[in-house]
Amino acid sequence: MELALAPETLARWQFGITTVYHFLFVPLTISLAALTAGLQTAWVRTEKQKYLRATKFWGKLFLINIAMGVVTGLVQEFQFGMNWSDYSRFVGDVFGAPLAFEALIAFFFESTFIGLWIFGWDKLPKKIHLACIWMVSIGTILSAYFILAANSWMQHPVGYEIDKATGRAELTDFWAVITQNTTLVQVFHTLSAAFLTGGAFMIGIAAFHLARKKHIPVMKTSLRLGLVTVVIAGLLTAISGDRLGKVMFDQQPMKMAAAEALWDGEAPAPFSLFAYGDVEKGHNTVALEIPGLLSFLAEDDFTSYVPGINDTNKAEQQKYGPGDYRPNIPVTYWSFRWMIGFGMASFAIGLAGLWLTRKKFMLPEHLRVGEDELPQLVPFRKALRPRFIRWYWLIATLTLAFPLIANSWGWLFTEMGRQPWAVYGVLRTSDAVSPGVSQGEVITSMILFTALYAVLAWVEVRLLVKTVKAGPPELTDADLNPPTKIGGGRDADQPMAFSY
Amino acid sequence: MELNDVWFVLIAFLWVGYFFLEGFDFGVGVLTKLLARDRTERRVLINTIGPVWDGNEVWLVTAAGATFAAFPEWYATLFSGFYLPLLVILLCLIGRGVAFEYRHKRPEDRWQSNWEHVIFWTSLVPSLLWGVIFGNMVRGVKIDAEMEYVGSLGDLLNPYSLLGGLATLTLFTFHGAVFTALKTVGDIRVRARKQALTLGLVAAVLVTGFLVWTQADNGDGTSLVALIVAVAALTGAIVANQMGREGWSFGLSGVAIAAAVAMLFLTLFPNVMPSSLNEEWNLTVANASSTPYTLKIMTWCAGIAAPLVMLYQGWTYWVFRKRIGTKHIADAH
Repeated sequence: MELALAPETLARWQFGITTVYHFLFVPLTISLAALTAGLQTAWVRTEKQKYLRATKFWGKLFLINIAMGVVTGLVQEFQFGMNWSDYSRFVGDVFGAPLAFEALIAFFFESTFIGLWIFGWDKLPKKIHLACIWMVSIGTILSAYFILAANSWMQHPVGYEIDKATGRAELTDFWAVITQNTTLVQVFHTLSAAFLTGGAFMIGIAAFHLARKKHIPVMKTSLRLGLVTVVIAGLLTAISGDRLGKVMFDQQPMKMAAAEALWDGEAPAPFSLFAYGDVEKGHNTVALEIPGLLSFLAEDDFTSYVPGINDTNKAEQQKYGPGDYRPNIPVTYWSFRWMIGFGMASFAIGLAGLWLTRKKFMLPEHLRVGEDELPQLVPFRKALRPRFIRWYWLIATLTLAFPLIANSWGWLFTEMGRQPWAVYGVLRTSDAVSPGVSQGEVITSMILFTALYAVLAWVEVRLLVKTVKAGPPELTDADLNPPTKIGGGRDADQPMAFSY
Repeated sequence: MELNDVWFVLIAFLWVGYFFLEGFDFGVGVLTKLLARDRTERRVLINTIGPVWDGNEVWLVTAAGATFAAFPEWYATLFSGFYLPLLVILLCLIGRGVAFEYRHKRPEDRWQSNWEHVIFWTSLVPSLLWGVIFGNMVRGVKIDAEMEYVGSLGDLLNPYSLLGGLATLTLFTFHGAVFTALKTVGDIRVRARKQALTLGLVAAVLVTGFLVWTQADNGDGTSLVALIVAVAALTGAIVANQMGREGWSFGLSGVAIAAAVAMLFLTLFPNVMPSSLNEEWNLTVANASSTPYTLKIMTWCAGIAAPLVMLYQGWTYWVFRKRIGTKHIADAH
């Protein structure tokens, strides 16, 4: 019992809870900002009302998510000092810089322009107003970049040296930190996955309305946008995931061996589909495998040697001294599989959806439908009964959750797989916690944060459901006649087009 | 001037910016209970800060991030040492951000009034706690040779820092009242001006008391100048408010906040967190800072980004420069 409540364990749980919770909102924020900006661009260019209605609808859902993303992000930043003060002392010189860059360059940008976008509908000419949402989108992407640079440094520390006198890590090459391959590949992978998430979110909600034959023009456009996004983002996620895997095999062999439950090094090494093993004895009792695939994932070659958990543990013991350098193997193994599985499922559904709702010119004349009609879902049309169409819409609606699940497992994998290290090969997690913070304080904060998160999750879900059900808003005169000069040229005594 | 001195000044500047800007939006949050008579008036108040509060809060994120990067030891000692007050502030800022964004998204009476309670309390509590935290930071707390805070929660609640808390609370609320008078039309503007007088007088007494106490404990010539500027500006703000010069009044209450925060940092320097146990164990700009290389990179970043930030944030205030009143509030929400 004493061990289970050690400050390190509690601090790790708290960090895990906060991170996973924070990351439910982040990918949605990143992708919905860009997708909303895209829709608003379509409105400005074509003046088709369905685009403006779509902009307002998805923009509102974006705002609900960003509110939560911002406030939970604040907790992340404070948490390093509160729960991990020895970590902060040790790495502040290196790790603090990208964090400060994020605030100065990205976060100010995002937060200022979001205020302008929300309240600027009747204060800004439409092109300037459009520029504001693009600024927000750039801000969210830059923000992700700097944070992932900081995280990648924990996965693969570069551009630093340990000062002999103070024992601290000190920055020697900032450029290396923000441009190392770990950072670049991680950014590529995380951003692709974010767009996969936003695309699936759009598919799910559009399918919900289309199944009820409501708001057809807006939702049809949204569905197609979501499907295209999911397919492109899905491909990019897979490509970058493969690259990231290779980087990890090179830099964190233990994490990848654990991800595969590969106990002993093999050449060629198989990819494990299902395994059940004995952690203490270090072997699997049941294993279902695809021969050679793991070698390919590691080195682009079906026969290469891949080191296993047992050999890597021995190698690390020689390098870093006695100890157990294995992460939690079952968690690492299964989180890796759930991440890939849910990600691939959303991609497959996107691909199927894109085929089923394909554009007019690809269909014979008699199957084409107009703007205001439902997509035909062609193969099901005559051969199968309407209930199968309902099944399709149901599956499409559920898709919205899949990438969210994949993201959470992905972070659990990447962070749990690095254990027992906070900074791989440099600082152990057990040496990173705040020594002065009591067990009681950490327990108090964990209970309060978790309780608040639970309440907010409930509030947020209900608000999302209500907003989704309400559908895209009808347009008003003010919407269709935006001001032509900055500060609002319309009658000052009019009610504001937007107010809290 | 060494780069760590420059960064001490920059961090002081970020806190000045944070308290100047979020100071008035905290104040407006508190006034939703003190000043507004009904929901429409509360909405007018909330809308005066609607476009800007999020950008204001980023000054805090940046102050914390810059402290982490430029003075990791300061960041670590401060955040782990003041664990519980910072926890409460965090919980408040979470609730507050969500409240602003969610309150108007459903029309039900109960939904809206619940969020309005949240806005009031989550504006009031941090206004108070920031003063308590800064009071303790300036006064010195139990820091050992390892730079760890070894005191308890009780140590943080002493008369000096509690006075500091009341000083920031009343000062921010006054600043918010002046801002409300500047940004509204009609009945609210008149009442805001009246309340600003009362709040201003209370704030003047508490702030002067706190600053004089600070001066007596740790002050020198320069901090005395800052003290005089702060008190004079606060007096000027009250007078300008009475004369109906709202722009001047808001500017002066901002100067008062800036001078008061500057005074606290002046009394700190060259320490960043003095130890009450042993002067040898003080955290200073020298022993708590990052390496010159890190500071150099950060200086480049701040040198380019900070003026831009001020430029586009300033532009936001210009875009939303028009006063608003109850007639601007649509019935829909």
